[in-house]
Amino acid sequence: MAQAAAAGHATIFEDWGSDVTTFKGVPWGKAMMWIFLLSDTFIFSCFLISYMTVRITAAEPWPNASEVFSLTMFGAPVPLLLIAIMTFDLITSSGTMALAVNYGYRRDKKKAIRFICATAFFGAVFVGMQAFEWTKLISEGVKPWGNEWGAEQFGACFFMITGFHGMHVSAGVIYLLIVAWRLHKGVYDKTNYEIVEIVGLYWHFVDLVWVFIFAFFYLW
Amino acid sequence: MSSEVGQQHPLSLYFWIWGLLFVVSAGSYFTDFMEAGYLRWTLILTFMLVKAGYIVAIFMHLKWERWALIYALLLPPGALLVLMGLMAWESWDYTWLSRVVYFGEDPYPLRCPDAANPNCVPMAH
Repeated sequence: MAQAAAAGHATIFEDWGSDVTTFKGVPWGKAMMWIFLLSDTFIFSCFLISYMTVRITAAEPWPNASEVFSLTMFGAPVPLLLIAIMTFDLITSSGTMALAVNYGYRRDKKKAIRFICATAFFGAVFVGMQAFEWTKLISEGVKPWGNEWGAEQFGACFFMITGFHGMHVSAGVIYLLIVAWRLHKGVYDKTNYEIVEIVGLYWHFVDLVWVFIFAFFYLW
Repeated sequence: MSSEVGQQHPLSLYFWIWGLLFVVSAGSYFTDFMEAGYLRWTLILTFMLVKAGYIVAIFMHLKWERWALIYALLLPPGALLVLMGLMAWESWDYTWLSRVVYFGEDPYPLRCPDAANPNCVPMAH
């Protein structure tokens, strides 16, 4: 598996034409997770592309995200402060997840469980901050059908995109905790602990989607 | 390598990438303090792609997978780029221009319909 990428492009045709398992050395659960993530990529991309479409077609000006999402600290507005903190929180969780995967493959169960729980914790913190963000914006008058800053499609895009992402994070936290619990109970002891890498793929993907949301929705 | 062994990489690799992701994210955040323009847009996209690339290649281990899997995952999203291009073309060249030319919508309206709203600063144009 590991050094296979170096084996050259000819392996593509050999693997796909081999009339047996295509993704050699990849546990089936991991292959299915990758395929699920590919389909999820299409869903998120469709959301982002529809956001692009309504933003280009809006004749009203688009609200300025760095104003809408600013927080007042020490009497001065800091643009995108909460969003930046959420971004760093999610990267932190990605790092702890990467460590959990590494310890899983070293068969260090205790450390793997600990780092999975840490990842779930940072994920929960992220969802908490998002709940705060939504509450603040709704109270300031951002609704799916309008807002005071400009084009009314802004709210619809915002709630749809961040809501769908937040749902993924919430589901991820539950998924992580279930895996940590089952790992602790010894359910995976006869395997290579690839389940940790599988849940890790999902979690890194959630962070990956945020990279694009951050760039296109908050910064653009 | 068989699936018995799995991915083995030194921890230092993850710490390096982790730190790098923090640096790139910080760079990404600071583009928000720049003037809007091509430089800012280029930087936003560059930081975005660098970050996404490191997450997928290193944290998701795609770099060490076989080409059969890498291509199965990276080629299909090309269709999304086509969709994006088509939608951008239609949005601007047809929908937005129709709204402005035929329905007489102001292409550069004032930002604040409600002048009493303290949250709203009129845009200069």
